[in-house]
Amino acid sequence: MKFTLSWLKEHLDTDASLSEIVDAMTMAGLEVEEVIDPAAALSAFTVGHVLAAEKHPDADKLKVCRVATKDGEQQIVCGAPNAREGLYVAFAPLGTYIPGADFSLDKKPRKIRGIESFGMMCSADELDLGEDSDGIIELPKAEVGAPIADVLGLNDPVIDFEVTPNRPDWLGVRGIARDLAAAGIGTLKPDTIEPVQATIDNAQSVLIEAPDACPAFVGRVVRGLKNGPSPKWLQDKLKAIGLRPISALVDITNFMTIDRARPLHVYDLAKVEGSIIVRMGEDETFEALDDKTYTATADDVVIADERGILGLGGIVGGESSGVSDETADILIECAVFDPLTIRRSAKRLGVNSDAKYRFERGIDTGFMRDGMEMATRLVLDLCGGDASTVDVAGAIPAEPEPVTFDPARVEQLLGFTPGDDEILRILDTLGFKKTGSDVPWPFAVPTWRRDVTMQADLVEEVARIAGFDQLPATSLPAMPGRREPTATLTQTRTRLARRALALRGLSETVSWSFVLDTHADAFGGGDAALYLDNPISSDLNVMRPSALIHLLLSGQKATDRGYPGAALFELGPVYRGTEPGDQSLTLAGIRRVEPGRDWAGADAITALSAKADALAALDAMGANTDNLQLSKPTGDYWHPGRSGRLQMGPKNILADFGELHPRVLKALGIDGRVVAFEVWPESLPAPRNKAKGKKSASKSKGALALSDLMPVHRDFAFIVPDTLAAGDLVRAAKGADKALISDVSLFDIYTGKGIEDGHKSLAIDVTLSPRDETLTDSQIETISAKIVKAAEKLGAQLRG
Amino acid sequence: MSDIAISDIEAIRSRFQADIDTASDLSSLDAIRVSALGKKGEISMMMRGLGKMSPEEKTVMGPALNGLKNDVAALVDIRKTALENEALDAALASEMMDMSLPVSRKNGTLHPVQQVMEEMAVIFSDMGFSVAEGPDIEDDFHNFTALNFPPGHPARDMHDTFFMVPDSDGQQKVLRTHTSPVQIRTMMSQKPPIRIIAPGRTYRCDSDQTHTPMFHQVEGLVIGEDIHMGHLKGCLMDFVSAFFETDVDVRFRPHHFPFTEPSAEMDVRYERDGASIKIGQGNDWMEILGCGMVHPNVLTACGINPDVYQGFAFGMGVDRLAMLKYGMPDLRDMFAGDPRWLGHYGFSPLVQASLESGLS
Repeated sequence: MKFTLSWLKEHLDTDASLSEIVDAMTMAGLEVEEVIDPAAALSAFTVGHVLAAEKHPDADKLKVCRVATKDGEQQIVCGAPNAREGLYVAFAPLGTYIPGADFSLDKKPRKIRGIESFGMMCSADELDLGEDSDGIIELPKAEVGAPIADVLGLNDPVIDFEVTPNRPDWLGVRGIARDLAAAGIGTLKPDTIEPVQATIDNAQSVLIEAPDACPAFVGRVVRGLKNGPSPKWLQDKLKAIGLRPISALVDITNFMTIDRARPLHVYDLAKVEGSIIVRMGEDETFEALDDKTYTATADDVVIADERGILGLGGIVGGESSGVSDETADILIECAVFDPLTIRRSAKRLGVNSDAKYRFERGIDTGFMRDGMEMATRLVLDLCGGDASTVDVAGAIPAEPEPVTFDPARVEQLLGFTPGDDEILRILDTLGFKKTGSDVPWPFAVPTWRRDVTMQADLVEEVARIAGFDQLPATSLPAMPGRREPTATLTQTRTRLARRALALRGLSETVSWSFVLDTHADAFGGGDAALYLDNPISSDLNVMRPSALIHLLLSGQKATDRGYPGAALFELGPVYRGTEPGDQSLTLAGIRRVEPGRDWAGADAITALSAKADALAALDAMGANTDNLQLSKPTGDYWHPGRSGRLQMGPKNILADFGELHPRVLKALGIDGRVVAFEVWPESLPAPRNKAKGKKSASKSKGALALSDLMPVHRDFAFIVPDTLAAGDLVRAAKGADKALISDVSLFDIYTGKGIEDGHKSLAIDVTLSPRDETLTDSQIETISAKIVKAAEKLGAQLRG
Repeated sequence: MSDIAISDIEAIRSRFQADIDTASDLSSLDAIRVSALGKKGEISMMMRGLGKMSPEEKTVMGPALNGLKNDVAALVDIRKTALENEALDAALASEMMDMSLPVSRKNGTLHPVQQVMEEMAVIFSDMGFSVAEGPDIEDDFHNFTALNFPPGHPARDMHDTFFMVPDSDGQQKVLRTHTSPVQIRTMMSQKPPIRIIAPGRTYRCDSDQTHTPMFHQVEGLVIGEDIHMGHLKGCLMDFVSAFFETDVDVRFRPHHFPFTEPSAEMDVRYERDGASIKIGQGNDWMEILGCGMVHPNVLTACGINPDVYQGFAFGMGVDRLAMLKYGMPDLRDMFAGDPRWLGHYGFSPLVQASLESGLS
């Protein structure tokens, strides 16, 4: 909402400066976005007077002028055809920035065809003051050296501020003035609207067939008027806030819209056939005043005559009944429309207008008759004619419900009260009239403040106007009782896991929750319900099934830019459906198989690097990684032979890892190989002491039993089929004697000479940890036999 | 047997000393030790002769021979240590390594948004808040209606909402435009007093230097019987100074949010210094968060009696606060996954925000 300072002062009696007014607006909740002071941009330009203008000796089109300026008489070379003796001009001294041309004059005089020029005489174009660039500005006679902003009447600052949707009354200058008066910045000038004497009958009938969409239509006819350009004062007012003057009648409606937030419409009665009918649309198409064509359906309220549609009520009028310079007889419409209907129609049809903006927020229903009177007065003053009586079709909506208000609530809610007298002053100035003296006080709510429906709304008004700086700043009191940790278990765990991954050289990213549909498909997602109806762009149109997608794309982009070897991870959500339970948290990471070169030999990046990452994350989160089962991931974006899944029991999947399927990488445009992991932190069960609740929340770790006896190591080498997983052999050996075998480690894998094709040799180191007494040779023999037997069950043979 | 005179002893000592000093390696040194102190060594043999001496001779020769034995043994030890050190020094002289060779260093970093969310959690934890979470894909009720956005109200437009495709009933879920739905879910499932923060991803259909279609919010909710707007001010002023780790001057301006009343925006004093922004000094104000007293309609929608309970809520953009605190110029870079950016703006994995050692 834009308005000028002088316009505000037509409603507000104040001596306050521009900056005081702007501050007061800001601190009362009218958030000022911009203050445009046209005088500021023109401050360097002053009035000059051309004393003489002679032809340049060496150029036909140039003139050498002697100009009286604020800096004395100056010689200026000018190419404008209208430069002549006696002219009052806009003088720019050397070094001045010329806004319309976006350049600065040299600081030293410049020679033009051999003659020095000490400044410039400017055109309107060069000053950003609009067209008219055929020559330099011709100013009215004025004092040499006076600022041209003053001479041109461009010294009226424009204030632009954000109107919050609850305050349609701020969409009129008078509403702004009222709030500023309450904020103590001046006094609201009394409103003096005198009804216009009717001299003719209103013969134009208006029928409302859609009272829900249009409860009331106040109409009045004016006959015998003369439409044409509006007077300068009105044109200047509209131009100052960026509106284009059109004709007196149109300008009057625009003036009412800005001055009073009261949109009106004017019909040329010569173009209206029979009664005006307010009804819902019947799939009619019409040409609107904004030069576009719209089709009104049964959801849209239209204004029609007996031939058909004239316009969309409250949104945009039609070309067919619009006023022109020939217009002599008019109907003025001052109506109220249902905000929801207006909003739905405008949204569907993609129309925006000042009228629509006000109707969808709600107009002042108490100002329908006065608005009509004020508009009629302007029409008669500017265009002449005879005004008819005023007819009201439908029923003007009732006043808002009164609100009761206990002044004690102010202090309860705010921790502060400005006192009953100030509370009453604030509310009264804002238009809330106290209608009784008992507490809670009854208040009548003004028709322009339908946002106020309860006591809390009035407390807000008091707080807003009294100022939030009046409130105390009170630190929160401590919560009683013992404090539980702030973070959730999963947050605490993932904090550790993220740090474990970063310490392993992966960098954390945060990426979009939405991806391209074909990428989602490649990762087993792309469910129809997960598409966005209005994606930000066509390549981010569906919710992601995996966090790997953006990690892969980022990694590829880095390689393309010359930074290969990206190792990235992300903690974030993935989606299987639209219900709350369909979202889960993933900790996913990738390593591009682009090892750097290193004098000591770079670490190989393989599917097992991803396994190590996944295990590091799980370890950090407190998982018992020794007891996890290994299986195959089910997602077909994994390499069939180089991927694994870590799970607890048959159903609880903790992580997938491995190399990504080359076909999937290709679908995403990824070059080369990439290893990856996806860890599911929420699948990890809570530690026992947390799961059981507070009573058993012991942090005690249990006793440690240390044996004084030396552990014994025995090595075994087994020949096994190539297909046997080494982990199975280790697990079998471990299970051979759970009491004595404390550890089994794989220390060699060998294929080649001496080993039959299709086989490999696995060497393990078994640690026996006796507890009570030193092991005898025969005990060790027995255990060794058990280990060999367990291995043989897997098809392993002790290597001879 | 008195053929060894006391005067000979000094000569023997000198002879052995000379031999020991010139021994060139450990084996020749050991040969000298054996020749002197071994079972049949010269000094051992002389000591054996003591038994045949007269008591008078013994009194003289006993201590003298013992002294000789101890002296020679000590000389051998000293020489042995010296030879061993020489041998070690010689061996080490050939064990050179190039200490300028690079070693492998892992340099992963943590994302600033996550860091800042942890910093916020630490500060609010100290004020007794706990964390609540909710889904990103929300229904209209939790994201709007329960928050006092009437259906069709223009305030909904200000949220640039992402809609999911309509389901079979024509209903459209939304991507939550704020984490306020978590407040609704909390109030519907917990009894006051409530003190929670709700961090998480939020979405609005907007993209430029300071807006991204996905961003992060931390919202807070405090409900009790006597929580007033002064507590709101105190809590947020305490927060903002702790967060920026400096004294921050703030102001509260009235604003409008459907779910709070009165509603306010909090501005911080700042100064632009070239490309960087200094919080806490200067003459300009920058909005950093929205807040207000929870609207009675919201409490009622969640089954909390607004005549008994009242409280406040606030919400702030994590990404934007991260930019202000740590000086990132463009919000969009936050989500681009450029390893160079992550290396520069990311945090060491060993950094752990705490009030005791500082936030970062």
